[in-house]
Amino acid sequence: MNKLISDKTKQVLLGPLSKNNPIMVQVLGICSALAVTAKLEPALVMGISVTVIVAFSNVIISLIRNTIPNRIRIIVQLVVVAALVTIVSEILKAFAYDVSVQLSVYVGLIITNCILMGRLEAFAMSNKPWESFLDGLGNGFGYALILIIVSFFRELLGSGTLLGYTIIPSSFYESGYMNNGLMLMPPMALILVACIIWIHRAKNKELQEK
Amino acid sequence: MNALRNFMDKIKPYFEKGGKLEKLHSVYDGFETFLFVPTTTSPKYGSHIHDPVDTKRTMSTVIVALLPALLFGMYNVGYQHYLATGQDVNFWTEFLFGFLAVLPYILVSYIVGLGIEFIGAQIRGEEIQEGFLVTGFLIPLIIPINTPLWMVAIATAFAVIFAKEVFGGTGMNIFNVALVARAFLFFAYPTHMSGDAVWVRTGTALGFGGGSVLDAFSGATPLGQIATASTSIPNITDTFGHSLGFWEGFIGLIPGSVGETSKIAILLGAVILLMTSVASWKTMLSVFLGGAFMGIVFNFFGPDTAAAHFPWYNHLVFGGFAFGAVFMATDPVTSARTEKGKWIYGFLIGCMAIIIRVLNPGYSEGMMLAILLMNIFAPLIDYFVVDSNVKKRLKRAATSTIK
Repeated sequence: MNKLISDKTKQVLLGPLSKNNPIMVQVLGICSALAVTAKLEPALVMGISVTVIVAFSNVIISLIRNTIPNRIRIIVQLVVVAALVTIVSEILKAFAYDVSVQLSVYVGLIITNCILMGRLEAFAMSNKPWESFLDGLGNGFGYALILIIVSFFRELLGSGTLLGYTIIPSSFYESGYMNNGLMLMPPMALILVACIIWIHRAKNKELQEK
Repeated sequence: MNALRNFMDKIKPYFEKGGKLEKLHSVYDGFETFLFVPTTTSPKYGSHIHDPVDTKRTMSTVIVALLPALLFGMYNVGYQHYLATGQDVNFWTEFLFGFLAVLPYILVSYIVGLGIEFIGAQIRGEEIQEGFLVTGFLIPLIIPINTPLWMVAIATAFAVIFAKEVFGGTGMNIFNVALVARAFLFFAYPTHMSGDAVWVRTGTALGFGGGSVLDAFSGATPLGQIATASTSIPNITDTFGHSLGFWEGFIGLIPGSVGETSKIAILLGAVILLMTSVASWKTMLSVFLGGAFMGIVFNFFGPDTAAAHFPWYNHLVFGGFAFGAVFMATDPVTSARTEKGKWIYGFLIGCMAIIIRVLNPGYSEGMMLAILLMNIFAPLIDYFVVDSNVKKRLKRAATSTIK
């Protein structure tokens, strides 16, 4: 390896941000994207948690990929992911208790996040640890990116705040403006994700289905 | 109506292909919607069937059918306003107040909706579709009179983009667009769509009217009173505590969404729709049958609440039930299309509306949600009706060949 980041690894790292985005293109991990994006803060934490878990589970699976018997590989992958999810969950409870309460079961449910199993099966099982790590980071960032965009609009329009700070001035409310309650409900998150996909496909015509 | 039609026919050639004002065709489109006049007929030549019923004609028939509800709604808005403020004014003052109160909603609904349709048509390089004619007319009729205009604008934009344009425009939508606009308002701004303070305009209408509200006044709708009743006796009153019965609900001088209150006006609309065969009598009748059936079931076997004890015939005349049955459930795009399917579709809408009203106190009016829910199932109902017919005929064919 003569340079740290070759063209291929760059593709592995940056591809999932746009052209190969887990949410926008592969449409994975939608469930948590709808559930935790009512506010920006839990969405940020969720994005970071998933990034950490997918990156390190990728590395671990990649390291032991040649010793895993093919027939029980799913169980092995699940054990690795479950261990990491538990660690992250405990860390959140210890250092960011409020957020972990807001995220409730969705931290634990990272284990069922399709992005994880998808990356482990599709990438880590057949690639070296360093590439797998970058792939995990890339996909985690791609996931976090969409979560942040969606939660930004949902919190701004639904609560009038960002990260808990009031953004919309009180003069707006006095002149009749109201927060949009629908933004706080999951259906609106789905519509926002759909809008993001819409814009993304409009810009990347090669992604459009016939 | 004939004079109006003749007039429209007379000026029509100017806007047709080859006419003097051909380029202004879309503007003509826009203006006729503001003027609420019946629109054009299809060309006399070109098809084997020379019946001029096209989408636009169908739509304008619906508009004509909606006119009684709109006019009565305007009058009722004014009537309720002067009743609440305790002023004794004549009929025309009341109507003028209502007209000024409702007009901005119609304008906003049409400007926003047609604006989006126009932009969408420009982007796709198509002609402007006429589907918004009815939707834009329905939206002002199904909202409370105190809804802020900007909310109506956002809801209209949302409904047109996400309930219609993304599905492919007029005729392709799964959900009734006007109801999606109302559902958006209902869930996004619940404080402006339910409760006691939204149904009667107590402020001014474009600077007209106004006055202080009398102490005895309470703006709750009959269904709202039922949903929040503390006893299990369904006792409904008007805004000053006089009790209401079936005929008051039928005549409709009660608080409610603009177009839904008067069953007489809705009945007139229903007659127009049925005489012109624009709406299906099967859907319409079966909605009422379903509502009556479910109402009777709750009357006899329901829980011990005011909503369940509310007489079944009152369920049909209070709230938006009749309006939904006549104008929303019969929407040819979103309802079932098979003849048997229409019976099932309508019956289930009626049942669902009463079930939601009675069993969910959070939603005192279930018609909107019932119709939206059944919109989803309409294609499924059609599928099974067609499928069962195919099976029946196959069976018949099999037995006849054995013989």
